[in-house]
Amino acid sequence: MAENIETKVIKLTAKDFSSGQDVRWCPGCGDYSILAQVQRTFPEIIGDKKENVVWISGIGCSSRFPYYMETYGMHSIHGRAPAIATGVKIARPDLSVWVATGDGDLLSIGGNHFIHACRKNIDLKVLLFNNRIYGLTKGQYSPTSEKGKVTKTTPFGSVDYPFNPVSLAIGSDATFVARAMDRDAKHMQEMIKRAAGHKGLAFIEIFQNCVIYNDGAFDLLTKKDTKDDNILVLEQGKPMIFGKNKDKGIKMDGYKPAIVDLSHNGNSINDVLVHDEFDESPLRATFLAHLTDYDGFPTPVGVFRQIKKDTYDHGIEEQISGVVKMKGEGDLDKILFNGNTWEVN
Amino acid sequence: MLKEKEVQNLIEVTVRFAGDSGDGMQLTGSQFSDTTAIVGNDLSTLPDYPAEIRAPLGTVYGVSGFQLHFGSTDIHTPGDRPDVLVAMNPAAIKKNIDELKTGGIIIVNTDSFDKKNLQLAKYDNNPLEDGSLKGYQVFPVPIASLTSKALEGTSLTQKEISRCKNFFALGIMYWLYNRPVEPTIEWIKNKFKKAPEFIDANQKALQAGYNLGDITEIFSTRYSVEPAKLPKGIYRSISGNEATALGFLAASVRSKLPLFLGSYPITPASEILQYLSTYKNFGVKTFQAEDEIAGITAAIGAAFAGHLALTTTSGPGLALKTEAIGLAIMTELPLVIVDVQRGGPSTGLPTKTEQADLLQAVYGRNGEAPVAVLAAQSPSDCFTMAIEASRIAVKYMTPVILLTDGYIANGTEPWKVPKSSELPSFEVKFRTEKEGFAPYLRDSNLSRPWVKLGTPGLEHRIGGLEKANISGNVSYDPDNHDRMVKLREQKVKNIVNDIPDLTIDGDESGELLVLGWGGTYGAITEAVIKARQKGYKVSQSHLKYIFPFPKNTGVVLNKFKNILIPEINLGQLSKIIRSEFLLPVIQFNVVRGLPFRTSDIEDKIIEILGGKE
Repeated sequence: MAENIETKVIKLTAKDFSSGQDVRWCPGCGDYSILAQVQRTFPEIIGDKKENVVWISGIGCSSRFPYYMETYGMHSIHGRAPAIATGVKIARPDLSVWVATGDGDLLSIGGNHFIHACRKNIDLKVLLFNNRIYGLTKGQYSPTSEKGKVTKTTPFGSVDYPFNPVSLAIGSDATFVARAMDRDAKHMQEMIKRAAGHKGLAFIEIFQNCVIYNDGAFDLLTKKDTKDDNILVLEQGKPMIFGKNKDKGIKMDGYKPAIVDLSHNGNSINDVLVHDEFDESPLRATFLAHLTDYDGFPTPVGVFRQIKKDTYDHGIEEQISGVVKMKGEGDLDKILFNGNTWEVN
Repeated sequence: MLKEKEVQNLIEVTVRFAGDSGDGMQLTGSQFSDTTAIVGNDLSTLPDYPAEIRAPLGTVYGVSGFQLHFGSTDIHTPGDRPDVLVAMNPAAIKKNIDELKTGGIIIVNTDSFDKKNLQLAKYDNNPLEDGSLKGYQVFPVPIASLTSKALEGTSLTQKEISRCKNFFALGIMYWLYNRPVEPTIEWIKNKFKKAPEFIDANQKALQAGYNLGDITEIFSTRYSVEPAKLPKGIYRSISGNEATALGFLAASVRSKLPLFLGSYPITPASEILQYLSTYKNFGVKTFQAEDEIAGITAAIGAAFAGHLALTTTSGPGLALKTEAIGLAIMTELPLVIVDVQRGGPSTGLPTKTEQADLLQAVYGRNGEAPVAVLAAQSPSDCFTMAIEASRIAVKYMTPVILLTDGYIANGTEPWKVPKSSELPSFEVKFRTEKEGFAPYLRDSNLSRPWVKLGTPGLEHRIGGLEKANISGNVSYDPDNHDRMVKLREQKVKNIVNDIPDLTIDGDESGELLVLGWGGTYGAITEAVIKARQKGYKVSQSHLKYIFPFPKNTGVVLNKFKNILIPEINLGQLSKIIRSEFLLPVIQFNVVRGLPFRTSDIEDKIIEILGGKE
């Protein structure tokens, strides 16, 4: 038998990114969809170098994610994933570093790390699995639970206001901010690819259904008969139109949103706001993030904002090479014997 | 013509500079120290300042002090009571007079003894006039007005001129103790490179102060302190924090591991972050994090990536890092945590020293969570112990806590500088072999393999959940947990095979051993030397490795009838020694936020030995 010396380009598949560990989420959990979309998109995103991928997570249902990925990974402690990922990325800027996190993990105990990772524009991809409930601790309200929500710790309804994660990310100067939904696989895949292609902190809020403790939280947005009237799919350069009959548009009335009824004579598509993901100003994205503050307005999904800005990790690299250029490679003896020295004979 | 001044030879002197916290006393003290080191004296320093940056002028609590003990013999401590007090205002006298030796020298800036400053210092009468300083040699010098006079005609404002008066005072001290002014002039020239008018003014003030001694009758005597007999070599003056930073830099160079520091500013540890952030051309990466927890967790990320990872803090920060230390224990990643201890609890005394984080370091975590605990004993020893902490962390894949304290962190001493080639090297072998790999395999030390992120074929997951032995998979198996708890403990205990034995200074057995740890080394050493000079038989051992203890610790302790443990806490090492060795020990605890007074320890030694010489 002749030796086969032909080298083949190994093309990885979704399966290659599966660690083979038993997945232990509840049957029907939205997390399965997120895992599937990540595994499906990674061969395209990563190519064949899965050793260059690192998944970091904190604590919660979402944070089991790294165990299921055949990449490097760390399931760490509650809330700290962005900080650990920051350390990984600063140490190894050549690696692709991803964070899997939940609404309690990222926005409650880990809130500080999240806003600072955004502010510093560390080149991390942060996937927020937002189910608006504490799942792993069995059903307490979370920082994204709606006011009035009855949970185990709010038997008379929550008196707490929820965070708007997209607005928080934009307010913290994240350079890529998007939203996806567990039930829309194709759209989520697109968002994951877009995030992967972004240089800087990319944040995706993913609406994720918790079948046990908050089932149906996103039904309006995901059920066939209601979703079209309740979702606004953001697309670059396109007017913001929604509704079953694509007959409703969004416009600005001062700083407030208003709905343009396109089925009404006299209203024109030209009155409708056009989406621009790349707008330098955060105003449009912020306006969109807050559409949900108003009754009767749809929930936007898609890319809210993507801007170019140098990353923190690159800044560190560049500074180091600049100082090396200026001072030369470090010489330990020179530093040890630096300053006022004297000799004893 | 003025007559030649008499020169008197001294073996050792303790000087304290004191003034408002804006008076530049720390600078004056450190300049005097550097020059004193250069002329060859051994020395030890103690900066002692309020936590406020500019505490209200003239008040007693706003007084900033710098004490320096130097001599022609071995110097181990900054000195108990000063022989000389340089007081820039009435508050400085008020705060320090009780500690000055009877008959001691006071050089005082008389210009500040006006009604307002006397009132601020809560003096009813002027102490320079009411006879209350009768027991001391007071040298009244109008330092402020003489500085103004010396700087007449310069372009400086009155406020700027007033800021030069510390150099005038320094000049007086240089004359009085026969030190050259040149090193300070060099320093001034370098410091004010961009402002030549300040070079000129500060230099003039320094020189005018120096000349004062020669040309006036104020002082009749000068003092000389001969150089100390130190081992041959090249020396520099070093503080504990700088030595710590240099130690980690050296560890990085010698291990060929890139250094990563994740840290959050905290007194008195911030300087380590500051120093390490200047070594960029060594590839050192410093990350000033959003909080203490991010500091350590980023370091854990860097350790996972394959860097020599470090976080630096003080007691309150160590408390915040506790959970993350547990993660490093569980993931078995190498990590060094430096705790520069300060007075506690809570915010406590940020600028003062203490040894009260020992139990926090050894035991303060949830679960069975062993870490190696090391302690540096002097400013320059921080260098050695930083390298040791790094070496142990990477060899045993474990977090190591290195304890220093506010006193050795800010204090300085002469340091015989080692050449880099003389330093220990400890090259790390990262796992790259795919065949037979499992994340929790163990070598003969029980350490698991360290894999650099990005290594093909070795992708694996680690985390805070209990790991199955060898495979590293999540495991809730009761027997596995029992095994892993014991393995982790044994691994850290194995470090005992890798550290030096505990040595005994003095007789190998006998009536009394004084056992110390960390920054009390100098004070204990001096106390033991003094007691021996009086004929008492007393031995000394000092622990730098606390968890695990050196192998022979029990043997050493059992050779002595009594064990005295002086600590700046309520007996934390004593508790550990009692529980580990079932030995009765005598505690000696003073928790004043200051280093021990040598005389206090000496008195305790004599009390225990009951006059048995």
